[in-house]
Amino acid sequence: MDAETQTLTGKERYKSGVLKYKQMGYWEPDYEPKDTDLIACFRITPQDGVDPVEAAAAVAGESSTATWTVVWTDRLTAAEKYRAKAYRVDPVPNSSDQYFAYIAYDLDLFEPGSIANLTASIIGNVFGFKPLKGLRLEDMRLPTAFVKTFQGPATGIVVERERLDKFGRPLLGATVKPKLGLSGRNYGRVVYEALKGGLDFTKDDENINSQPFMDWRERFLYCMEAVNKAQAATGEIKGTYLNVTAATMEDMYERAEFAAELGSNIVMIDLVIGWTAIQSMAKWARRNNMILHLHRAGHSTYTRQKNHGVSFRVIAKWARLAGVDHIHAGTVVGKLEGDPATTRGYYDVCRNEFTEKRLENGLFFDQPWASLNKMMPVASGGIHAGQMHQLIDLLGEDVVLQFGGGTIGHPMGIAAGATANRVALECMIMARNEGRDIVNEGPDILNEAAKSCTPLKQALDTWKDVTFNYASTDTPDYAVTATAA
Amino acid sequence: MRITQGTFSFLPDLSDAQITKQIQYCLDNGWAVNLEHTDDPHPRNTYWEMWGQPMFDIADAAGIMMELASCRKAFGDRYIRLSAFDSSSGWESVKLSFLVNRPKNEPGFRLRRQEGHGRNMRYTTEPYADAKPEGERYAV
Repeated sequence: MDAETQTLTGKERYKSGVLKYKQMGYWEPDYEPKDTDLIACFRITPQDGVDPVEAAAAVAGESSTATWTVVWTDRLTAAEKYRAKAYRVDPVPNSSDQYFAYIAYDLDLFEPGSIANLTASIIGNVFGFKPLKGLRLEDMRLPTAFVKTFQGPATGIVVERERLDKFGRPLLGATVKPKLGLSGRNYGRVVYEALKGGLDFTKDDENINSQPFMDWRERFLYCMEAVNKAQAATGEIKGTYLNVTAATMEDMYERAEFAAELGSNIVMIDLVIGWTAIQSMAKWARRNNMILHLHRAGHSTYTRQKNHGVSFRVIAKWARLAGVDHIHAGTVVGKLEGDPATTRGYYDVCRNEFTEKRLENGLFFDQPWASLNKMMPVASGGIHAGQMHQLIDLLGEDVVLQFGGGTIGHPMGIAAGATANRVALECMIMARNEGRDIVNEGPDILNEAAKSCTPLKQALDTWKDVTFNYASTDTPDYAVTATAA
Repeated sequence: MRITQGTFSFLPDLSDAQITKQIQYCLDNGWAVNLEHTDDPHPRNTYWEMWGQPMFDIADAAGIMMELASCRKAFGDRYIRLSAFDSSSGWESVKLSFLVNRPKNEPGFRLRRQEGHGRNMRYTTEPYADAKPEGERYAV
């Protein structure tokens, strides 16, 4: 190893001035991560002429103890322990200027049970660091010792199903549309029709809070009238995600308390409220036996482009630690970004007991979940009944399928739209359980069910040609390679 | 009305051949099949009466269909549901649950409203059938 890459020690290390990060102890190619270390995999794009190893060491430094110059006060600490250590740098397949840098962090760098603290380190200053053109946090390995300091999902998939008395099939939802402008009274009408028609849930959209056209109390009161009326009309548990997102924690608690007082079984928050607020609401939800739905509003500003930002799989991991029960995780076939292999990785993060490293799904590490509850992924955005076989095949049964336009836009009305979705869902689950090949026989199965269900027939006719086939921007870098048997 | 609890309530009632296939799916997954019946279909009535214990040791669907036939003979005027239980770690709960018998006439539920402070409403869902004592609710 040349002198430039060698970690300096003793007096040489602490001479005043500027050293390369890799000389300061932030590049340790022989380091073996401990079981208790947090590990981050970053995609780094160094500026022209910047050595990728130095760039990786700089990321390790700037996301842990380093500043731009040597400081003698390091010597008052067990500095070797607190320095994050870049230990591996791989070129990104099929790219000329990007590298995957693996960096290990000692557990004691982080406050137990705080996503805010974790993120302040890992995605704090470092993303603006000049020697890099771009930086993306691709994945993290969170050790069991760290995972166990978090509450995890307030309710979890199993208990949510028990509370709702719904098993063996995806749950069905719809977002009330138009998302802005309805009065409370009109809004509740949509909720009632959709729930009575066969959906399990309806949902506020991310930006419906308390605007001039509808005070939040009006929405909550009319929605709960609709939920209870639909429950009595069907004999089945129903719910509506009441969005409690607001300007302050005090406002959010007030709205959540009111929802609980009215007997709602679920409330909703937006990702934009921030991690501390999310964790507060998760604790509130656990105390109040409430399911907590998270809408990932805003995530695409930093998750979608591969050269800079944070991968959604990391956001999903943080959300599971933080303690939400539902998270929007993509549809693959719908209108929003979602490569199938990458989306599969997100769903695994939400639902697994143990997530295995699978590079072809963007999962860079084995991830233990240490008995944290499972999080229900939500598929929402541009999906319709005619895709039911694909949705079940790709997403499985522990998922909420949300058909907003695909319910409310039905030619015979909202209740008919809901019925079409429910019949499509049930016939496809029945066929799957019977061992039929739903991917290939799906359209036949739907057409057969539509013979005794006019709403389904109308839905299939209306949306039969609707697809959203665009290239995804966020795709895995590693292909599946055949291994010799 | 037609209550829509269970996985397949929006489809026409399942034939015995269709039920058999679902049971086979449950057995193939290693789940224990259980039969329960009730004449109180309130959506929050969790504990229906068990038709014996969950059938942990019955390995073929035909055996379970015989139990279903006996249960229907005794309680044909009630709701009967078939559920499948997965005891594996991390789940330890129901995996599938659907109705396999309904009373001929389903009167449904009354929604009672009690108006409270600040337009707050207390809702109570009451099965019309539960005005009568257990056992007399869906007389044939």
